[in-house]
Amino acid sequence: MSETWIILGATSAMARAFAQAEAEVGSGLILCGRRLDDIEATTADCRARGAEMAEVMAIDMRDPTTFGPILERAKGLVGAVNVAIFTGSMPEQSAIDADPSLIEGVIIDSHTGPARFLTEIAPQLEARGCGAVMGITSVAGDRGRIGNYVYGSAKAGFATYLSGYRNRMGRSGVHVLTVKPGPVDTAMTWGGPKMPFMSTPEAVVADMRAALRKRRNILYTAKIWGLIMLVIRMIPEPIFKKMNF
Amino acid sequence: MRWKEESVTGWGRALRAEAEVARPERLSDLPEKLGPAIGGRRSYGDAALNGGGRAIDMTRLDRILSFDPASGKVEVEAGVTIGTLLRVFAPQGWMPAVMPGTGFATVGGAIAMDVHGKNHHHAGSFGGHVTAITLLQEAGEVRITPRNRALWQATIGGLGQTGIITKAVLQLARTPGTTMEVRERRAEGWDEHLAMLDASQATYCVSWIDATATGEAMGRGILEEAELCATRKPAASHGPKVPTDAPGFALSAPIVKAFNAIYFRRVPAEGRSVVRPMADFFFPLDRIHDWNRLYGKRGFHQFQCVVPEAAKGQIKTMMQEIAGAGLASPLAVLKRMGPGRAGYLSFPMEGYTLAVDFPNRGRAGGLIGRLIDMTAEAGGRIYFAKDSLARAEQIGAMYPDLGKWQAAVAKADPGGIFETDMTRRLGLRGSE
Ligand SMILES: Cc1cc2nc3c(=O)[nH]c(=O)nc-3n(C[C@H](O)[C@H](O)[C@H](O)COP(=O)(O)OP(=O)(O)OC[C@H]3O[C@@H](n4cnc5c(N)ncnc54)[C@H](O)[C@@H]3O)c2cc1C
Repeated sequence: MSETWIILGATSAMARAFAQAEAEVGSGLILCGRRLDDIEATTADCRARGAEMAEVMAIDMRDPTTFGPILERAKGLVGAVNVAIFTGSMPEQSAIDADPSLIEGVIIDSHTGPARFLTEIAPQLEARGCGAVMGITSVAGDRGRIGNYVYGSAKAGFATYLSGYRNRMGRSGVHVLTVKPGPVDTAMTWGGPKMPFMSTPEAVVADMRAALRKRRNILYTAKIWGLIMLVIRMIPEPIFKKMNF
Repeated sequence: MRWKEESVTGWGRALRAEAEVARPERLSDLPEKLGPAIGGRRSYGDAALNGGGRAIDMTRLDRILSFDPASGKVEVEAGVTIGTLLRVFAPQGWMPAVMPGTGFATVGGAIAMDVHGKNHHHAGSFGGHVTAITLLQEAGEVRITPRNRALWQATIGGLGQTGIITKAVLQLARTPGTTMEVRERRAEGWDEHLAMLDASQATYCVSWIDATATGEAMGRGILEEAELCATRKPAASHGPKVPTDAPGFALSAPIVKAFNAIYFRRVPAEGRSVVRPMADFFFPLDRIHDWNRLYGKRGFHQFQCVVPEAAKGQIKTMMQEIAGAGLASPLAVLKRMGPGRAGYLSFPMEGYTLAVDFPNRGRAGGLIGRLIDMTAEAGGRIYFAKDSLARAEQIGAMYPDLGKWQAAVAKADPGGIFETDMTRRLGLRGSE
């Protein structure tokens, strides 16, 4: 059966690696984002790698009127329709402290935008009765910390949304995977402070695809982060509030 | 674009450089201030190192920009690896016409070293299958083809000195399937070994050589001949990863000698034929991730030379010297080379090429220094992709077109912004 992935936030390094891997097994791809020239190059790449089809569509999480054409396009697809959401933005916490109006954008990109898109596409997916939805959140959403708690809270909100969405969509045979990556070696972390247990986009994508195959619900990647976050979540708040990391 | 303070090493890990490295994810993110390019870091020495300066890591520029399944022409960003091209296109009936022994080399690195493969005697070098290159120089972008004679020949095998290769068009070769039919035969000693190489008619031909065997067995090895095969079989999944630096004794002389003796007998005396996935045949070492760490913290050197056919006697003497020293690791390769070369500084010449790895300790440096001198005396040359020990005065005679290269490079990079630790060590750019 043919399978199509609608990928939101296709310019991210993880999204590109995911699209490339899906292309190599022949999936169809609809790559959505804002930098269309860049996504155009990725679609050409995916076609050469063996994608059944690869198309570019514009989306801006902060402008829900851009969702309509994608939802329409999805209706016309044959076979299983899957959605993967990689959107998100992470200004420095200090930039946010200086200009609190940045908060809205962070919340929209990581939480309310994706939630609105998924809510709008839900009836279609339910009617198909198959397919998968993969939402990328972050270990930063498991506990707010001084360095990036606005970003963390947006990701936490999205993770909670996904948990409810899974509860709903599972009833119609649509699988929902929540991915919580630790630090990944991308442009976002390049040249930044050294971080422990850094993963690569390729390794994250391999974990994602294995988790989708096994129909897992929540994936920590690299796997060690599952354990680390278990410990971090257990630290009592009176102690946690004094910690620096 | 952010710059990262990085300690960069080549594959041999014996040389190291602190540099500021940018790693763009798309061509439009390439920084304004340029430096030499870093590819897959599979060159052994300092070819991609720029101590105290800047460098551009190209590995995230990994997109295939267009592919024509009728002609087999493909345009790629320079960071695409050779292994990716094989994996993606072999099932579609196409493959890179020339592939080095590792799939982790990038297209940019393969052009900048004009790499050769196990089919060099038939297909020539990598550069012969490139039809266009886009270069980013200080003054801006230029697209060149073989018709830009001097700049083209200075770029192919040109150690990245004419600019950053951002994109290239390659002519792929046909393949009927995704496997190789491999025939393996033992050669019991040096003379027999060379005679077998000379007599081979196979499309792909390479020998493993036991660089520790002495006496009668000196130069013994296993000749591998292969043809493309129409069957299809997926490559085996990834093997183990070397998690940390091995202790120094792991590759000590008695262990290597014992290993080699067993490895030699792996193939029965009467030889054998096997069908193998392409990647396993072309990139046998890639299955063990980060195998260079087996050499421990101090790393290792590879010596690779090519000598003309007439220098048979000299290369035998070199082999005796290596075997007598007892310093070699199990990784040693002997190959026949054809004349094919596409750039002023390309390595290949018609004759024999020998590559031997040595752990970086004690007497290895002195031995390699002598081997480099012997190569020069034999009218041969050493391979920049492997070198970390040669001195400037050893190089000139090996590369007769060096002057032409220097003239073209002086025009292409007047500011010297693409110089590397290697070009400085070997004085390659000349006085200009
Ligand atoms: C296991 C193993 C087996 C090998 N077998 C062979 C073999 O059979 N035949 C052979 O010929 N070689 C072989 N090699 C050597 C290897 O193919 C070359 O060193 C090749 O250049 C590596 O490519 P890279 O992308 O890693 O480049 P790097 O090692 O990162 O860089 C090599 C040079 O290319 C330049 N460069 C890289 N990218 C660009 C770019 N985009 N633009 C401009 N310049 C660039 C660098 O500045 C540097 O001078 C082998 C190496 C290993 C580790």
